[in-house]
Amino acid sequence: MTESSPRPATQKLADLIHRTPYIRRLGVKIELAGDEMTAFLPYSETLIGDPGLPALHGGVLGAFLELTALAQLFILTEADHQPRPIGVTVEYLRSGRPVDTYARAQIKRIGSRVANVYAEAWQETRAAPITCLHGRFLLTSRTSPSPAGSSPVQTPSTT
Amino acid sequence: MLTILQDMGSYALRASPQAKALGFTLMAIAQGEATVRCPYHPDLVGDVETGVVAGGVVTTLLDHTCGHAVLAALDTFRPIATLDLRIDYLRAAEPGCDILAHAQCYKLTRSVAFVRAIAFDRDKDDPVATVQATFMLDSSRSARRKGSTSHAQTPTAQNEAAQNEAEDEASA
Repeated sequence: MTESSPRPATQKLADLIHRTPYIRRLGVKIELAGDEMTAFLPYSETLIGDPGLPALHGGVLGAFLELTALAQLFILTEADHQPRPIGVTVEYLRSGRPVDTYARAQIKRIGSRVANVYAEAWQETRAAPITCLHGRFLLTSRTSPSPAGSSPVQTPSTT
Repeated sequence: MLTILQDMGSYALRASPQAKALGFTLMAIAQGEATVRCPYHPDLVGDVETGVVAGGVVTTLLDHTCGHAVLAALDTFRPIATLDLRIDYLRAAEPGCDILAHAQCYKLTRSVAFVRAIAFDRDKDDPVATVQATFMLDSSRSARRKGSTSHAQTPTAQNEAAQNEAEDEASA
């Protein structure tokens, strides 16, 4: 229960981006105002799922929101390890047009083991979100030596 | 629609810039079913400490595979849009392994397709993630299907909210 001085959000965020290649691959940028953050997904043609409309890939929007939720959780908690997603529910409200997308996450509850996070993405109009996500994340203890790549339900059947 | 997809091979995947960017390949397609592979790449890792692929990549793979299963269940091509995904991450994917997804569209109504899928790396019986998804089908009258496939097609699910969203989609 030793209370080490919490690292500033900016430092935690830099750390998260450094160790998450997929954030850089998607091109996600994150802006901080104190401990409140806004994530930004600059438009790129490679993000398109359906070139006919065209529309952003639904999976990309889900991934963007999941990263937003994860980042917000990571900078608000003491954990040194990334929270692990247990599950997410993604709802598609409007088609993602080929423009920049923004997202913010709200922590609904942080328990001792699980955190519930809500995240919302929008484009031109903040009041007209295009996609929202409810995520459930497992908080890994900062002292627990969780073996790399393992998960609580991993079965030994895979080699 | 199935024969078109079969003839096209992985055309539909190549036509999607995001699927192309991630290197997705269509492994198998059958009536209402699809299997897609996502090759491992260090860029897709969610945490360099573990080398495990980011959950978001699995989300994209599952969404994409589910979409293909829906197209493979339709008689004719109709534009589709994901309405929702509910994903459970059962375990971390093995670092360095390709991830495959297998999706099955098990119910079609006039305007909604219901799909479930799993993502796995080595063993289909030990999935990395499972998903339950719904897709909106183009609600235009001309797209109403004639003739039946092996899938049940009774238009029982009259999801009004879904209907409204489909109209939003169409107008967007």
